[in-house]
Amino acid sequence: MTSSTTDAATARRAPSSAPAPGAHPERAGRRARRRHRWDAKWSPYAFIAPFFLFFAAFGLFPLLYTGWASLHKVSLHDPGHMEWVGLENFSRLLEDDFFWNALRNTFTIGVLSTVPQLVMALGLAHLLHYRLRGSTFFRVALLTPYATSVAAATLVFAMLFGRDYGMINWGLELVGFDHVDWENGTWTSQLAVSAIVIWRWTGYNALIYLAAMQAVPDDLYESAALDGASRRQQFWHVTVPALRPTILFTVVVSTIGATQLFGEPLLFGGSQTGGGSHQYQTLGLYLYEQGWFNFQLGRASAIAWAMFLILIVIGLVNWLISRRLHTRR
Amino acid sequence: MRTARKRAHRTTGRARRHRAAACGLVAVLGAGLLAGCAEDGGGSSADSGGRTTLSVGVFGVFGYKQAGLYDEYEKLHPDIRIKENSTERNEDYYPALLNHLSAGSGLSDIQAVEVDNISEIAQLHADKFVDMAKVKGVDKADWLGWKWNQAKAKSGQVVGLGTDIGPMGVCYRKDLFRKAGLPTEREEVGKLWKGDWSKYVEAGEKYKKSAPKGTAFTDSAAGLFNGSVAGYPIKNYAADGTLVYKKSRAVRESWDLAMRAVDAGLTSKLKQFDKEWDQAYANGAFASVICPPWMLGYIKEKAGDNGKGKWDVAAAPKPANWGGSFLTVPRNGKHREEAVELATWLTAPEQQAKLFREQASFPSAQAAYKLPEVGKARHSYFGGAPIGKIFSAAAEGIPTTPLGPKDQIIKTTFTDIGILQVEQQGKSPEEGWDAATKKIDDVVDD
Repeated sequence: MTSSTTDAATARRAPSSAPAPGAHPERAGRRARRRHRWDAKWSPYAFIAPFFLFFAAFGLFPLLYTGWASLHKVSLHDPGHMEWVGLENFSRLLEDDFFWNALRNTFTIGVLSTVPQLVMALGLAHLLHYRLRGSTFFRVALLTPYATSVAAATLVFAMLFGRDYGMINWGLELVGFDHVDWENGTWTSQLAVSAIVIWRWTGYNALIYLAAMQAVPDDLYESAALDGASRRQQFWHVTVPALRPTILFTVVVSTIGATQLFGEPLLFGGSQTGGGSHQYQTLGLYLYEQGWFNFQLGRASAIAWAMFLILIVIGLVNWLISRRLHTRR
Repeated sequence: MRTARKRAHRTTGRARRHRAAACGLVAVLGAGLLAGCAEDGGGSSADSGGRTTLSVGVFGVFGYKQAGLYDEYEKLHPDIRIKENSTERNEDYYPALLNHLSAGSGLSDIQAVEVDNISEIAQLHADKFVDMAKVKGVDKADWLGWKWNQAKAKSGQVVGLGTDIGPMGVCYRKDLFRKAGLPTEREEVGKLWKGDWSKYVEAGEKYKKSAPKGTAFTDSAAGLFNGSVAGYPIKNYAADGTLVYKKSRAVRESWDLAMRAVDAGLTSKLKQFDKEWDQAYANGAFASVICPPWMLGYIKEKAGDNGKGKWDVAAAPKPANWGGSFLTVPRNGKHREEAVELATWLTAPEQQAKLFREQASFPSAQAAYKLPEVGKARHSYFGGAPIGKIFSAAAEGIPTTPLGPKDQIIKTTFTDIGILQVEQQGKSPEEGWDAATKKIDDVVDD
């Protein structure tokens, strides 16, 4: 903060310190040079300072404070009063069935939502890459689910997946199947939650793939075509390898999103428990339950840090994979 | 770096101005950041006209504004302005209130507290609230004894004044009852199960034998559990504050009753306040639901024209309470005296009666039951049922049950986990009980 304010002050003073009549031109020149040097050296930091200030206040500080809180017993009734318990909140997590259940759910919902989402996105991008009539329309249409709020989308999906009066069950019965109690089954509820995620994010990923596809040089396709490759072969042997870094990127981003999944399962059943048997309670939801319903902020912080560590592991795996990809090339 | 320096030498006046502007922006953003951390001004203020603005923090719809009570008070006190801060759900409102209490800022001059949270406030935060028992013009005798005591701390301090209560009745569909061969007149219906919730289940078993196709006797086992468990003098906590929910007759008997209803297939297997529950009203999927007065408007809205002329309300087997709130005054408010005066006025019998007329919030002030607005009140959607009579009779018979800090979570864990697992997920009653108590143990474990 200090550097940026002084800098702002210097900058504001700048026009008036231009060589005034009667001043030593030589000294003024030297001063101007020094100022320029100083300016060039420090102003980039001033420009990026706002981000880092916000990051420090709303990213780094909460992260560290949560870590500190996770080593204490803290109640929402009196968050200022912290009682040191060491690693107890973490060792407790290891024996906490609700935590492992949430971790398992987060993983299965993550796989159920990420894999079909990215496969479909790739397919859609491939289709959109062809010359189509009204391609702008399709591209915008792909992005509309992404622009829809989680709450609105989830509420609509919850009604579609309703047991007694839901449209999906109505359709199932129409074609002769039994109706499904979506919310109460473990797999069915996780599929329903995944469906919301897939619906929201497929288009977004498709557009990222599309952008990457458009950057693939045409001559690669031409020479592949000359060699007699079919469109399908072109897709597998030209498009997919060229998209590898992009695919890795979307996998990482989707995995992070899946680890933090919160809004969809919360609003799907309208409760922090994630179903009667916690069958679709994710880590994010469990954290929310511990902190804001059970008022155990210390335990909630420990869950938050566990999630953070999981993400770090995912980041490391990503780094290893991308390094291998590079060396292979 | 070298290119940067070269470019710096070429800095023109315009670029310099831009840079100055950018640096200014940095400063502004930085200042904004600091301001963002400052007090969020949820409190009150005095505006330039010398008027005092009082803020009232509530959850959901309290109806003071809708019933015109704020306007009336402002007319009586020209120097007062009232601003309501409303949060929709108590699940969001209450943690925020706790946060503001511990931060000592952001509190409204008056804060509403739900009955399931009032004991926690009285036990853990009494020192942060005004003792309403000592306020001039507050007469303990105006309120129902059990309501008054719910807000009492161990020291004898009363942290809040009662607003509304939720004495329960049973709302039922006359047409479905008739088809199933049950009586339809509300007095006879009330007699059918008077004194014992197990008679309500027996009526359900009778209903089941000749039930109209696609209907169940009651909406949910959770509703039955909730109605039954609230009618005992000891529920989750003993009088000395120890947790006894696993052994208490209230919980055990109500649990068994709920299991019996599930086993006999008397319920529509719904979760209350879910979308499907709302839709079931419109589709007439169940014949009865245990209902406090505040639910009547809800039923009317959800059942709509389809249910017109079909619904009625009878007395519940035993008097029991569901819901209701309190108004508290935080001690460090800027306009404490004015706030105390407003809270006293809003909870006085006359105002409670007005609120009942406009919003169907049932008065906790027994003095209001003698007023014609309450005592003679009828509900046209429910066949002109004398709701004033039915619910005030229930209100006066409600036992004084010791409350405790975890009442809310114990109740929702039993209904949303224990009973739901048995009723909707086909688990055994033992599995449901174990799942619920395991979760509760986890919550109350320090």
